[in-house]
Amino acid sequence: MANTLPPTFDRTGRHALTPAVDHDELARFNFLTNLNVHLGQQVSPGNRSAYEKRVKPAFKKAAGRDPETRQDLRKAMRNDPYYQFWAALRRNTMEQRQQSGRHVVLRQLDDLIGKAKSFNDGKDTLKIDGQMKVPRYLARVDNHCMPGSYYTEVVADDILAGANYETGLFVTTAGSMSSKGDGGGRAIVNFVKKSFADFKPKRILDLGAGIGVNTLPLADAFPEAEVFAVDAGAPMVRWGHARAQAMGYDNVKFIHADGDNLDFEHGSFDWIQTTMFWHETSTTAIQSMMKKMFDLLAPGGLFLNVEQPNFKPDTPLYDQFTRDWDAWYNNEPFWSKLHVMDVFELVKNAGFDPRKLFDGGTEADIEQGQFQPWSSTLSRHKHELKDSGDVKHNQYKGERWYLYGGWK
Amino acid sequence: MTEIDVNKLANAKAKGKRPYFFDDPAVERVLSITMAVATELAVTRERLDTVERLLEDGVPVTKANIDSYRPDDDAAQERQQWHADYISRILRIVHQELEAIENESLNEDSEKLADKYAAA
Ligand SMILES: C[S@@+](CC[C@H](N)C(=O)[O-])C[C@H]1O[C@@H](n2cnc3c(N)ncnc32)[C@H](O)[C@@H]1O
Repeated sequence: MANTLPPTFDRTGRHALTPAVDHDELARFNFLTNLNVHLGQQVSPGNRSAYEKRVKPAFKKAAGRDPETRQDLRKAMRNDPYYQFWAALRRNTMEQRQQSGRHVVLRQLDDLIGKAKSFNDGKDTLKIDGQMKVPRYLARVDNHCMPGSYYTEVVADDILAGANYETGLFVTTAGSMSSKGDGGGRAIVNFVKKSFADFKPKRILDLGAGIGVNTLPLADAFPEAEVFAVDAGAPMVRWGHARAQAMGYDNVKFIHADGDNLDFEHGSFDWIQTTMFWHETSTTAIQSMMKKMFDLLAPGGLFLNVEQPNFKPDTPLYDQFTRDWDAWYNNEPFWSKLHVMDVFELVKNAGFDPRKLFDGGTEADIEQGQFQPWSSTLSRHKHELKDSGDVKHNQYKGERWYLYGGWK
Repeated sequence: MTEIDVNKLANAKAKGKRPYFFDDPAVERVLSITMAVATELAVTRERLDTVERLLEDGVPVTKANIDSYRPDDDAAQERQQWHADYISRILRIVHQELEAIENESLNEDSEKLADKYAAA
């Protein structure tokens, strides 16, 4: 697939709030996207050769044994010049992406805040909690090299984190999340509609929804439902709400809150969703919040989570090492912890009946236009799903996702 | 109007100790600057491509026309191909390193070769 090219940045979906992007900014996003693709498709696979041909033999010679843990492997790889080059380029590209996305938003910050306010002011579908305490684990880490993380406010009514998240998503994922960035949400809907055809949720909660890119497809699929997007980052929630309004969604409420401290009625949701959420939370927070989600679900309700599948005893060491990479070098430290947890144990301990748990994989809805052939060629989840065994990979289908959950 | 320092904020460092991968972090700092410069050259090249296409179509080359230019599918494909070719050119040394890892026979030392194959 070396010759498949990503769509250009100007192909991404636009709405009334989309930041203005001039010619050079657009070209910069195009370059960084192509660089990400090149590093992912053409440089990264060489790490495996470096490992097999020289890192592993050298380790064996020095230690008198093969590497036995992913930590062994990580340490040994750090000395390899080829790996060093790839890792340095990857880290640097991520930093460049943050800088360029932030610059686009910051240079027009007043204007964007004004626009967001015009969609937000006076709406009862938005709640910002000025007193909310940022969870401790969240305050310690700037996830994926994002300065100030999701919650920092540079000015009053700030939307920087949210607008930067949306603007840069295309570059970070090299265009593989479709033109609206909602590939995950559409994949969830496909899974739910196919697997549980009779399921008609009336109240849906998306926890850690960010700017709601993956929440909106749930609202599309169940237009009668009341949908709540909850997030601990005020700039994410403000931007997400304004964006949803600009895109014509009036059945989605955006709530700024800590998932560990929510003000909802016991048993008041039919569906609680998390999408790529738990890997950015601490072990204690996972355990505590999962219990709270169990409590918020109505009997018969659905708890559904989208994440990378965790390591299994037979996950090869080398795969563990590559999948852990972001934990150590892209500021996602909690991911490494989650990778070795048993998600079914977590869900069971939260109160769910072991007989009502399930997992599975799904493909994104396929989008037309230039995103169609592209949307799965570069997937960080691809090899992981191959591990999970139950979905056959087809490179002309959308991004593939792993889901697990249970019924209350 | 809120006074903010756009460049300073755009450049802000993410929390956490930055990992340096090369044995000497100075090399990595220079690589980082080199890649930033390479990015800007790609940006200029894409702009030049736009100027050429506007000229070809007889559209006045103004800043506004450059900023609002959107490539059609063929042009988009050609421009992405340019990026791919360009990146491949600037990362040549990395790819050659990989070839050397994968193919031992590419690694013979020239200083020893003449003796080794004297009788060949
Ligand atoms: C990786 S993002 C995922 C966003 C979204 N689900 C998506 O698919 O785009 C994780 C989000 O979780 C939020 N978050 C982390 N801890 C939280 C908590 N305790 N309560 C609510 N939101 C939280 C962060 O602010 C961030 O927006």
